[in-house]
Amino acid sequence: MPKGSVAITTERCKGCGFCVEFCPTHGLELSSAFNAKGYHPPHMISAEKCSGCNLCGMYCPDFAIFGYKYPANKAKGEAA
Amino acid sequence: MSTTDFVVHNPVEDLLRQDRVPTIWCPGCGIGTTVNSFAHALLGQDIDLSKTAIVSGIGCSGRVSGYMNLDSFHTTHGRAIPFATGLKLANPELTVIVYSGDGDLTSIGGNHLIHAARRNIDLMVVCVNNMIYAMTGGQAAATTPGSSMSTTTPYGAFEPELNMPQLVDAAGACFVARWTSFHVMQLERTMAKALKKKGLRFIEILSPCPTYFQRKNNLGDALTAMVDYKKRSKIKHGCHTWETALEPGGDIIVGEFVDREREDYLTRMRRQLGSHYSEFPEQTEEEISEGACSEC
Ligand SMILES: Cc1ncc(C[n+]2csc(CCOP(=O)(O)OP(=O)(O)O)c2C)c(N)n1
Ligand code: SF4
Ligand code: SF4
Ligand code: SF4
Ligand SMILES: [Mg+2]
Repeated sequence: MPKGSVAITTERCKGCGFCVEFCPTHGLELSSAFNAKGYHPPHMISAEKCSGCNLCGMYCPDFAIFGYKYPANKAKGEAA
Repeated sequence: MSTTDFVVHNPVEDLLRQDRVPTIWCPGCGIGTTVNSFAHALLGQDIDLSKTAIVSGIGCSGRVSGYMNLDSFHTTHGRAIPFATGLKLANPELTVIVYSGDGDLTSIGGNHLIHAARRNIDLMVVCVNNMIYAMTGGQAAATTPGSSMSTTTPYGAFEPELNMPQLVDAAGACFVARWTSFHVMQLERTMAKALKKKGLRFIEILSPCPTYFQRKNNLGDALTAMVDYKKRSKIKHGCHTWETALEPGGDIIVGEFVDREREDYLTRMRRQLGSHYSEFPEQTEEEISEGACSEC
């Protein structure tokens, strides 16, 4: 069970790759798909490793991605 | 990915004017990254956001005030500090932040920066240094480092560049720091600290401009610049600001260089003026009824 995950607003992404480069768990990759503006937004390649640290969100200059942690009890399988 | 049954929300969104996003900034422009650190620093404090104002001059960096969901003012080029000074003096309970570019704050507005630091006026000044006048097409600024290419220096710049931390330190600012847009967490902590301090707090942030500075100097894209900042930065808290000059390809000295106590402008003014000074001068009945002061 991963500790967290990310939310991506693909249409805001401008494909700079900051989130991919600076994710400490190397869990992101720019996808081959295009958004409406022609950029390649990121997607998760190893969701199980994501810690929800939100470094991707801190780096994203376009507010297109952010990380969040699952509530502690969720990780134990007792969703609030 | 499993479905979520709790609210997933990016707190930075609360501080953005949603109707203005997406921004006009180019892909990989570092200005937006600095906004994340700023938003988190603001949210992490017990600061009344309804009494927080942000003022910018003109430029790509100057767009920040327009994207923040705070009381914002987009002034004329180079005049963010004078406007913010008036705002703070007229309404001292406000927390006033100036957020602008290197050209705006240190080239056309350089004189205002010097005097704001000399007066130690209670403002937090954030300078996004992309080493160029970006918005107008990449002309050389006072911050363009030696021999760099720009629209106005086709054979390479030859003017020596300004060392901002040294300038504001010498003029008397009580807090001086520098980070790059790579240092997102350090920048957030420094901004949080500066928000709480009284006097002129100055934070320089080196930031990539892939469209002009990086491209004209064959320095690769924005990501290359960010990785380069990571490699070249040396953290030296408290170091003398004459050691912080930026050389192309050399070390980038980052950290909190100056953190001292010095009486701020308003405190000094109140002390000096004593009973001659009152924050909201009482109006005579005549003035109130006429809607004008007796001098008019
Ligand atoms: C009085 C005046 N002079 C010149 C300009 C043109 N101008 C607009 S933005 C700008 C440069 C801004 O550079 P900087 O502050 O470094 O911001 P950046 O775009 O690099 O973020 C200039 C010269 C102007 N708007 N007003
Ligand atoms: S939240 Fe942290 S671990 Fe998860 S993708 Fe973002 S940077 Fe990587
Ligand atoms: S940092 Fe933001 S804009 Fe850049 S690739 Fe990632 S999601 Fe897209
Ligand atoms: S021109 Fe440069 S500073 Fe302006 S938005 Fe584009 S990358 Fe950013
Ligand atoms: Mg600039």
